[in-house]
Amino acid sequence: MSFMHDRLLPGRVHSVSPATFAVLVAVAALFIVSIGQVSPSPSQLVAGLPRMYGLLERMMPPSIEPGFLTRVMWRTVETLQIAFVGTVFGVLLSLPLAWFASRTLTPLGPLRHVFKTLISLFRTVPDMVWALLFVASIGLGPVAGTMTIIIDTIGFCGRFFAEAIEDADKQPQEALFTSGASRFSVLTGAVIPDIMPSMINTSQFALEKALRSSVVLGLVGAGGIGQELKVAFDLFQYKNASTIILVIFVLVLMMEFATDRLRAKAQ
Amino acid sequence: MSEIIRTEALKKSYENGKPVLDGVDIRVGSGERIALIGSNGAGKSTLLKCLIGHTPFCSGEVATLGETFRASPSKTQLHRIRQRVGFVFQNHGLVRRQSVLTNVVHGKLGLVGGWRAWHQAIARQEIREQAMEALAQVKLTAKARSRADELSGGQAQRVAIARALIRQPALMIADEPAASLDPTAGRDVMEVFSDLVRRKGITLVFTTHDMDHAVSFADRVIALKGGRVCFDLPASEVRRSEVDGVFHA
Repeated sequence: MSFMHDRLLPGRVHSVSPATFAVLVAVAALFIVSIGQVSPSPSQLVAGLPRMYGLLERMMPPSIEPGFLTRVMWRTVETLQIAFVGTVFGVLLSLPLAWFASRTLTPLGPLRHVFKTLISLFRTVPDMVWALLFVASIGLGPVAGTMTIIIDTIGFCGRFFAEAIEDADKQPQEALFTSGASRFSVLTGAVIPDIMPSMINTSQFALEKALRSSVVLGLVGAGGIGQELKVAFDLFQYKNASTIILVIFVLVLMMEFATDRLRAKAQ
Repeated sequence: MSEIIRTEALKKSYENGKPVLDGVDIRVGSGERIALIGSNGAGKSTLLKCLIGHTPFCSGEVATLGETFRASPSKTQLHRIRQRVGFVFQNHGLVRRQSVLTNVVHGKLGLVGGWRAWHQAIARQEIREQAMEALAQVKLTAKARSRADELSGGQAQRVAIARALIRQPALMIADEPAASLDPTAGRDVMEVFSDLVRRKGITLVFTTHDMDHAVSFADRVIALKGGRVCFDLPASEVRRSEVDGVFHA
């Protein structure tokens, strides 16, 4: 009996094929080599700490000079404008692109892959790279920032909207198709109302993401409060820099608080 | 009595070659109420879909509302058929997050100027009034503002009937309209449905597993077994022994 049980009892771990084992070893080796090359050594950390302390000391107290605060306020408004306008346009443009890219409802057949690839391209290229491209083509300033946010939002929302369209309840769609409704009518009449909570959620995350992005886009000249932060660091005005960092912190925190409240209401 | 539906030697097979419909011949006259019965896989739903050109068939001929076609209707024929048919599904197929009124207005999608049927707020006043009239016929005007996901199963199915009614169809097709409901709600829905089509002179073809529904709400019962018509009798002449033969080997 015991012998029978021994034969039937599954092993404690699954056996691993030689190929999987080789891949696991390669990944482990890559990690170990990478640690040696890019992670900080204890000596670097020890040497860096006093310098970090020195920098923090020079940043305190944050600047509250009225002229500077006024400038920061306008830059903050500009940052919010970039995030808001960029997100709204991005969300609006995501909708048709997501429809064209969706597997279940696209009117374009296999051509949907073109739109799927376009959305992937928008998503996978980092926002700072888009910002550099737009600064080079449009010029310095908030317009380049807004364009960057639009592209970044399309990449983010386009993917989630397309997935939501594909996962939408099929029964209302079938009912409307049977009555002769076009794909567009089915999209507007049945699919969008069904996925609206998911779209609102995604759009709010996009807005949060856009605000964080628009803060740093200024570092490459694409407008917003980041531009002021770069100037502060370039001119060694660390007290100004700490004020800006505090403003950014409060700004992002307020946006997260507001979108959390909105999300709770939308449930 | 003019002919609304005619099928001749209608055959359809699955991709693996197994026949679903194996030479079905039926005739349905204007204003008739037909119950299609049969066990699961007998071909009832497939037959309904073939009748309105929703699924292509292998051979034979179908004539629905004067549109005669083989395999599948042309685009123009399909459009003309869909304009005059109301379809009610087993699972109502309502848009859950929309109001009852908007769901009924959706029945006008696919008809002329259908885009204004996306939502009741942009629908023409005349369509809104027709939707309320359709809701009155299924006794649900009080629920016009409610969201579809707040309705009971029976209420939702009645809204689906109203959505089909607003199209002023000549033919109503219903695929097991009471199957997902409890017996009381199911009977209630069938009573409203059957009474409405009789009063309006609409031809009704519905599938069911419930023999009580078949004999109570249809004029004629057509039984399918193994993709063939097993019997085609006036509802009053259907006997227990014949029904047993349909559902048992």
